Amino acid sequence: MEFKEYKIGEYDTEEQKKFRKEVGEWLDKNITSELIKGTNEIRVTAYIPGQHEFAVKLGEKGWLCPEWPKEYGGAGLPAGYRSIIAEEIGQRVVFGPGFLGGLTGGVQGPTIMSAGTPEQKKEWLPKIAAGAQFALGYTEPNAGTDLASLGIRGVKDGNDYILNGQKMFSTGAHFARYHWLAVRTNPELPKHKGVSMIIADLKAPGVTITQLTTIAGERTNEVFYDNVRVPQTNRIGPEGEGWSIIRMALTAERGDLGTFPWPKILVNDLIQYAKETKRNGKPLSEDPFVRQSLAQLATDVSVLRLYNYRVGWMIDKGLDVSWASSMVKIFESELSQRIANQGMTIMGLYGQLEPGSKYAQLKGNMELAYRAMVVRSFGGGSNLRLRNDIATRGMGLPREPALAIPVKK
Amino acid sequence: MDFDFNDEQKMFKQGARDFFEKEVPKSLVKKMVEDDNGNPPELWKKMAQLGWLGLIYPEQYGGSGGNIIDLVALEEEMGRACLPGAFFSTVLLGGLFILNAGSEEQKRDLLTKVGKGELILTLALTETSASYAASGVETTAISDKDDYIISGTKLFIPDAHIADYIICIARTKKGTKPEDGITAFLVDRKSAGITCTLLKSIAGDKLCEVVFNNVKVSKKNIIGKLDQAWAPVELTLQQVTLAKCAEMVGGAQRALEMAADHAKKRVQFDRPIGTFQSIQHLIANSMMDVDASRFLTYEAAWKFSEGLPCAKEIAMAKGWTSEAYQRTTATGEQVLGGIGYTTDGDMQLYYKRAKAAELTLGDGKFQREALAKELGM
Repeated sequence: MEFKEYKIGEYDTEEQKKFRKEVGEWLDKNITSELIKGTNEIRVTAYIPGQHEFAVKLGEKGWLCPEWPKEYGGAGLPAGYRSIIAEEIGQRVVFGPGFLGGLTGGVQGPTIMSAGTPEQKKEWLPKIAAGAQFALGYTEPNAGTDLASLGIRGVKDGNDYILNGQKMFSTGAHFARYHWLAVRTNPELPKHKGVSMIIADLKAPGVTITQLTTIAGERTNEVFYDNVRVPQTNRIGPEGEGWSIIRMALTAERGDLGTFPWPKILVNDLIQYAKETKRNGKPLSEDPFVRQSLAQLATDVSVLRLYNYRVGWMIDKGLDVSWASSMVKIFESELSQRIANQGMTIMGLYGQLEPGSKYAQLKGNMELAYRAMVVRSFGGGSNLRLRNDIATRGMGLPREPALAIPVKK
Repeated sequence: MDFDFNDEQKMFKQGARDFFEKEVPKSLVKKMVEDDNGNPPELWKKMAQLGWLGLIYPEQYGGSGGNIIDLVALEEEMGRACLPGAFFSTVLLGGLFILNAGSEEQKRDLLTKVGKGELILTLALTETSASYAASGVETTAISDKDDYIISGTKLFIPDAHIADYIICIARTKKGTKPEDGITAFLVDRKSAGITCTLLKSIAGDKLCEVVFNNVKVSKKNIIGKLDQAWAPVELTLQQVTLAKCAEMVGGAQRALEMAADHAKKRVQFDRPIGTFQSIQHLIANSMMDVDASRFLTYEAAWKFSEGLPCAKEIAMAKGWTSEAYQRTTATGEQVLGGIGYTTDGDMQLYYKRAKAAELTLGDGKFQREALAKELGM
């Protein structure tokens, strides 16, 4: 048993120390105040201003994919150096999900590395290592949690596929260049079998992108494909093997999310706020309800940290972490919503004021989080669905028998 | 980070599990719950022979020199077995207080006897205010030549009715702070003026009202320093709270397993009820509750064992685990349905024990208040 908190740099070798210093100095020169401001705001899905430019600069150093060989645009560094770069970035900006992850090929890179042909690796990995932007194209109007029932069609024509259909909630599609697209290439097969993974060009003729606005005030998109041609060489993995590619990519995505920083930050902010804010001549922190509420949230933050460390510990031991990481995801998302909800309650009428409003408390962060954190309870896997997995994989309960309904043609 | 016991501790823990599975069938637990004595001498003797009654005492006092992590391992297995009995009052509350505050002679004499299973002890701390805070100590001890005269009512004192000695925490001086002026006395339970009444309680823990009516105790029987007993009381409460958390973790884990096993076997609507998502969600929530209880407890125990500040972590562990154990067993009752409600079933033992454990040593509300103070509020 050992619960020592890891201190950044604690286990560095001399070589790593030198590298860390180099990275730090470089970051101090290249992280803009715009980027720091952007990452210090609660953002769940949207693009952070300056993020792409920063990723491109990192890519020039080979630090976006540092462990990749130089021929693929990496820096050819040994394992462990990636976390040095991530830690040094994290020291300077709040390292939220999506940042350098989902939008910059952090999902696609590892997947192509293991499932791509030599030609595809040569084509795509250098682009990804240079900061190419991807949007995810999984969800459709009729394919959410049951992703395998997706209906967008890809029909072979010469050397191409012709795509027809619609994707939904495709965040970043309006500025990304590429679409990481799950497509039905064979409707005759059972639904998990007829899917292929294809990289589409979002600037190609026939692609229409329309805006959807979330309650957090951020943009996501609907993407329509109307007879869009994509070369078959853009298919990653064999035809009909898309489902295993999706699973691979989802694993890479989870690994890339890192620790969600907001619960700890928001709870510390609330504790500070309660100590400093007087109501009716008394600090809020003397109110028994506030004390109970914040002590519970502080405990919850510890629970989240321990769930998280447990996953890392299991990975080191080579254990299956699927259900253990689902616990992290469920608890984090529900905790984030509880924090915002109780934070607003503690503030009383002030709680409803938006960021930027006169009288807004804690920069309106609780109000914003109340709206923004909702997405986390279903994005990246619905908590309801994940609870089934925890019970079946973690505790061995039998799975619910599936109903045999064929794919609609 | 290492969330597990080391190999030696794992072997010890497995040995304890095997022992309790063999020696403590639920029929025995039910007997212990119903019986007024509550501490069967045969079991007590066997636990002494295994060295468990002296597990955490240093070797010079007849113990095995184990640390708090070893205690956590044993307590988890006791919790799993849903075992009541005098371990809590004697080895933990009484024994640890003597270890923390006693003179060399007291430690050598009393702890050696505890380890051999020859002595039942308890700590009489709580009173009618039902609080573990120093302000709750209103029982007085007044100096009278070579003696002290103790008067007051102690409440919820475990196993006082079968104890050889009661360590009475009494007020010897009015201090500026409630923590000042508190002294511990080793009192022979058979002393004149002591009346002990056993209280019926939910889990069959043998909680007593102990009335001290001008009880004369020699000054030689003071444990620790005059007027300064509160620091060792607090230290003892920390250790015992960690042990209680571990007991709850073991019990909650078992309740979860029982519920999951039932869900796999019980067929309704032509399928195991565990295939229903409603049941799966209950089980998933319990798993999360139990895992969080375990990690908070382990982290707090590890910090304690390393001599690091851990008041915050202990408050978090007890606050969370108290409520999580209760929830897990209530879920168990829901999943098992009728059979969980009968006294033939075993889930009821955990369900009742969980609530008693929640209230003991400070419930969630008490611990959150303690935590709020630690957070500077």
